[in-house]
Amino acid sequence: MLIERPDGMYCFREQKDRVYYVSEKILKLANTIQHNHLISVGTCFGKFTKSNKFRLNITALSYLAPYAQAKIWLKPPAEQQFLFGNHVSKAGLGRISENTKKYDGVVVYSMSDLPLGFGVAARSTVECKNLEPLSSVCFHQADIGEYIRSEEDLL
Amino acid sequence: MGRKATFKEGTLKKKGPGRKSKKQKDPVFPKFLKETEEGVKKLSRRQKLRLQKGLKKKVESIAKRKITQDKNEQNQIIKGQSIKVKSQNIKPTKTSKKLIAKKQSHGFSDDNKTWLKPKSIKKSEISDDEDSTQMSADEDSTQMSDEEHSTQMSDDEDSTQMSDHEISSVNNSEDVENEESMINSEEDNSDEEVAKIRSLNDMSDDSDEDDEFVEKNDTVSDEDLLPIEKKNKLLKKKLAIEKKLADEELESNIESQEKFQFPDADSNEVLSLQDIQHRIREVISVLADFSKLRDLKHSRLDYMELLKQDLCTYYSYNDFLMERLMQLFPLFELLEFLEASEVQRPLTIRTNSLKTRRRDLAQALINRGVNLDPVGKWSKEGLVIYSAQVPMGATPEYLAGHYMIQGASSLLPVMALAPQENERILDLSSAPGGKASHIAALMKNTGVLFANDINKDRIRAVVGNFHRLGVTNSVITCMDGRKYPSTLKDFDRVLLDAPCSGTGVVTKDTSVKTSKDEQDVQRCYNLQRQLLLAAIDCVNAKSSTGGYIVYSTCSILPEENEWVIDYALKKRNVKLVSTGLDFGVEGFVNYRHHRFHRTMNLTKRFYPHKHNMDGFFVAKLKKWSNVIPQNHENKDDIEENANSDVE
Repeated sequence: MLIERPDGMYCFREQKDRVYYVSEKILKLANTIQHNHLISVGTCFGKFTKSNKFRLNITALSYLAPYAQAKIWLKPPAEQQFLFGNHVSKAGLGRISENTKKYDGVVVYSMSDLPLGFGVAARSTVECKNLEPLSSVCFHQADIGEYIRSEEDLL
Repeated sequence: MGRKATFKEGTLKKKGPGRKSKKQKDPVFPKFLKETEEGVKKLSRRQKLRLQKGLKKKVESIAKRKITQDKNEQNQIIKGQSIKVKSQNIKPTKTSKKLIAKKQSHGFSDDNKTWLKPKSIKKSEISDDEDSTQMSADEDSTQMSDEEHSTQMSDDEDSTQMSDHEISSVNNSEDVENEESMINSEEDNSDEEVAKIRSLNDMSDDSDEDDEFVEKNDTVSDEDLLPIEKKNKLLKKKLAIEKKLADEELESNIESQEKFQFPDADSNEVLSLQDIQHRIREVISVLADFSKLRDLKHSRLDYMELLKQDLCTYYSYNDFLMERLMQLFPLFELLEFLEASEVQRPLTIRTNSLKTRRRDLAQALINRGVNLDPVGKWSKEGLVIYSAQVPMGATPEYLAGHYMIQGASSLLPVMALAPQENERILDLSSAPGGKASHIAALMKNTGVLFANDINKDRIRAVVGNFHRLGVTNSVITCMDGRKYPSTLKDFDRVLLDAPCSGTGVVTKDTSVKTSKDEQDVQRCYNLQRQLLLAAIDCVNAKSSTGGYIVYSTCSILPEENEWVIDYALKKRNVKLVSTGLDFGVEGFVNYRHHRFHRTMNLTKRFYPHKHNMDGFFVAKLKKWSNVIPQNHENKDDIEENANSDVE
């Protein structure tokens, strides 16, 4: 879906352990620039850690959000909490998509359908229904607050 | 929900225990409001009175009536007069007027009798007219139509004989009420009785006033002055003389005050800021009319020097920058500029058209308690933030990349660049990515956008902003812009927002005031020249859609702007084209000893005091040939510049 798009071929390219998602046309031009001068091409999706594990970056959110299987919607007060890097508690849970399993990766939305970040479901949908208000429903992974919290090491 | 106001007083007071009775009382109207209300009531009271009168009429004997008739006659006459005064344009009643006037001459009993006596009808008419015009100020509402008047006259004849008495008695007892009714009488003109009361009340006062008017009239018509009038004339003359003297004195005072004393060169007394400000104003006023107000001992140069010193202390600039500014602006504009540079510009944001629309964003922000407005007709994306309850840099909308915090002035170069879709565009010094992301938004994420900056730390901001705003067509590079042509060429458009001394954005960084000197500016414009030449070299003149370079700085010094453009015009095959911005001040063609290219008026300057945005300069160049004109002298010049440049 992401590779073959109506506006041309796109591809994932790894550069300095970062994975970038970019149109091939742009990539061709970017190749002319020396590697030590090149900072970023297209959109950064994530990076390989030193132990060669892939970690998604918050910058991939806008591409992944439409394809997310499991979603969580937050109430406005909890929205702010999540953007500061906190986990989501039952009290802040607005909606949750059906059939979310425990420890599934979820995309967190605000009630106005604004994608806010990634998380991991701490409980399944069924478990969420009878839960104490303060126990967490979703663990925080990445949120758009990082754009200002950690602009320095975004990449 | 407000408490229901009871307009009827003294009705239905709840008594007894219970919560309702303990409740707060119903709101009462304040007294000044009450007056008018009572006035309305009063009218109804008058109607009551009328009824009573009617009853009394029946009760009282006819004999009594006869006795009072003589008195009433007199009253009626006077009343008739006052009514006549109110109605200027009554033709059919002219004869009656005459009659009444005749009666008047007999009926008057005050001390004006003596001179009123010989008055003929004609004169009384004149006086009437005079009166009516005078009275019209407060009585124009009471003027009645002819018919009404005549009917009223007849009504008066029969009905008021009694009522006059009644009302006069009322007058004695309830003065206050009458006064109120006076006020009301102006509003309500159809009520005859009110008119009557008026006539009664005003009888003593008005008649006197009327007489005075008549007096004035007399002086015009008869040239027959009364002793009082003569005295009055004398008094007026005296007053005029006194006034003349006072004026002269005042003038001499002003003159002595205005004469600005040039301070001694040796005196190093410490002045307060207010004194300095006062002196600045004085010196400027002297300089504005120099030949008249100058102190002969001192030349214009002395005055300018003094002014410069004062401005430097008052606004805390250094000598160099103040001198440049004084060369740049006329004095009055200079003060405006300095004042405007002390004030913060309003916060503006740019809607990211890649993710949202301005209307939606405005709605979302208003819901968060932000007070905003479109920045102006010239921009479809800008919004001005007047006040915000939340920090504008931390709202979820900001984090989701719906807008970018950006000065209004930084929208201009991108609009001048007018990027098209599917173009290859370069932003040579892009950090922090505001303008570059604007370009990407205008390109709708098509084509390729190269965003370059030399500073590795600042380039991170570009990366962050691009990802946040969803710019996907970008290649972010970090290298020296002067070496860009050797890496990549054939761009359709290039934006060069050159590093500058920042004299246009003193509000943002006040250290500019003192930190810049001649060398800094020189360094700046050398770098700018090289960058501009590099930018021009990057552009492909044969591009079907483009071949444009936009040069902009946030400096207002001509050295960094017009001079740099002029240099590029000489060195490369480029020409100036219109920026497409319909406001802003034209660039300098002549500045002091410089004679720039004659098309320099196509560049645009923006000032904080004129356009309420940061000081800014925008120039748009079109490259018409890829050939670099080779000239040995010029080449030496470039190398020289490169050597002199510190970086």
